[in-house]
Amino acid sequence: MTILLEAVQLTRTFALPRTRLGGARASRQALVEMNLAIQTGARVGIVGESGSGKTTLAKLLLALDTPTSGCVRFRGQTLPLRDMGDFRRAVQVVFQDPRSSLNPRMRVADIVREPLECLHVEGDHSARINEVIEAVGLPGDVATRYPHELSGGQRQRVAIARALAPRPSVLIADEPVSALDVLVRDEILVLLADLTRNLGLTLVLISHDLSVIARLCDEVVVMQNGVAVERGSTRDVFRRPQHPFTKNLIAAVPRLPER
Amino acid sequence: MLVDVRNLTIRFGSRTVVDDVSFSLDAGHRLGIIGESGSGKTLTSLALIGLLPDTATVTGSVLFDGKEMIGASDRELSALRGNSIGMVFQEPLTALNPLMRVGKQIGLPLRTHRGLNKQASLAKATELCARVGLPDPERIIRSYPHQLSGGQRQRIGLAIALACSPRLLIADEPTTALDVTVQKEVLALIGELVREEGSALVFVSHDLPVVSSMTDRVAVMNQGQIVELANVRALFSHASHEYSRMLVRTARQSDEDLAGLTTGENQ
Repeated sequence: MTILLEAVQLTRTFALPRTRLGGARASRQALVEMNLAIQTGARVGIVGESGSGKTTLAKLLLALDTPTSGCVRFRGQTLPLRDMGDFRRAVQVVFQDPRSSLNPRMRVADIVREPLECLHVEGDHSARINEVIEAVGLPGDVATRYPHELSGGQRQRVAIARALAPRPSVLIADEPVSALDVLVRDEILVLLADLTRNLGLTLVLISHDLSVIARLCDEVVVMQNGVAVERGSTRDVFRRPQHPFTKNLIAAVPRLPER
Repeated sequence: MLVDVRNLTIRFGSRTVVDDVSFSLDAGHRLGIIGESGSGKTLTSLALIGLLPDTATVTGSVLFDGKEMIGASDRELSALRGNSIGMVFQEPLTALNPLMRVGKQIGLPLRTHRGLNKQASLAKATELCARVGLPDPERIIRSYPHQLSGGQRQRIGLAIALACSPRLLIADEPTTALDVTVQKEVLALIGELVREEGSALVFVSHDLPVVSSMTDRVAVMNQGQIVELANVRALFSHASHEYSRMLVRTARQSDEDLAGLTTGENQ
């Protein structure tokens, strides 16, 4: 296995607003010296509570943000690369809420076409659009619709189709099912599982929901206050959690009454 | 019977959002309302306290302690709200007044309904803060909502709702905006307080495991209708409606995904 995407001593600090006029600006370390090696084909879950640095990590891995110190390496090369094209095509993202991540004034076909054009993907764009729309289980006639005409689940499928369009090797999904209803959530999880398996995608899945990670990921990283407090195979971490925070997290998940 | 809802129908223009809903709740009992977004569960809970928007057309009957809530005057409703009926909302940051110290907000229902003066209401607010498990209540009551964490804010919401020892507590997705470890604490707190006060509870949520841990009986709502009203146990063992069966199956799947990993089954 080769390392596809890697975080090396990755740190991101945000300056906080002044609390007093002329006072010093405090800062907050959202991510502290994070190391993470993502192998080709791995399905890695990042779990933690709000403010733990999950999304900061995702943004840095996507090169949508610049680290305060440390770096991200893609296929062994440190970002930013002189030509980011390969990276942008290879690393794609699905966000939490498709209502805000899809442009309401664009039709579905144009939404999916955008990465193909912006990232100069070669080949027949229209054919590729139909291909990915079908791959995410949407009927062909949604291509001419606007996002508001679709259901929440259909919208998230469009977001996934857009991410798949440039044939990425890594999919970073930041809370992809948190904004969805329970039954729809299940469908999207099945879709993501199928797609990663069939396309051999590397998956980085960020979620606060342990059952989502349990379903989709082989490895898990547990984050608290910007630090990875525990990591390992999903099975080991869930069955024998070592860190008190992981133990609390697992114990806090609401469970069903005994049968 | 504390709450008796008969044929409640809520329309906005020609759109029916709550369709012929009936259920009842005895004093001290707990009812869960579960459904997806748009199923009408929140509007149903708002109808119990007369908080539906003016644009809604409401028919049917909602009796609280024998008193008709539909068509009641604001004056009559105000006498009940925060007094015999307390409500906790989903997002405490929007439910609390950002410009008012939380001590004053907790004291308001006591001043309105119990005639307490400023000092007495603040003293009671401090007591309530301690009761909902907030550390350093003296400091907390002088804080503004933005100075508190999400879990702390929801505890303040709970303190306000319980200030006058209501006979009915309505909680609409009270932990959806909270982290799972905080959710666990707040749910335990709600359960404990409701038991101590002897209040009835209407617990609205989309989350079946949460609802089933908090209530004895569950109304499953889908597209404005109650498709099933059953005891929690019965719902899990033999749900009669296809939609409830789907909800149960999905919840079981998540639960088993976790169980499989944490206990080593299903491997």
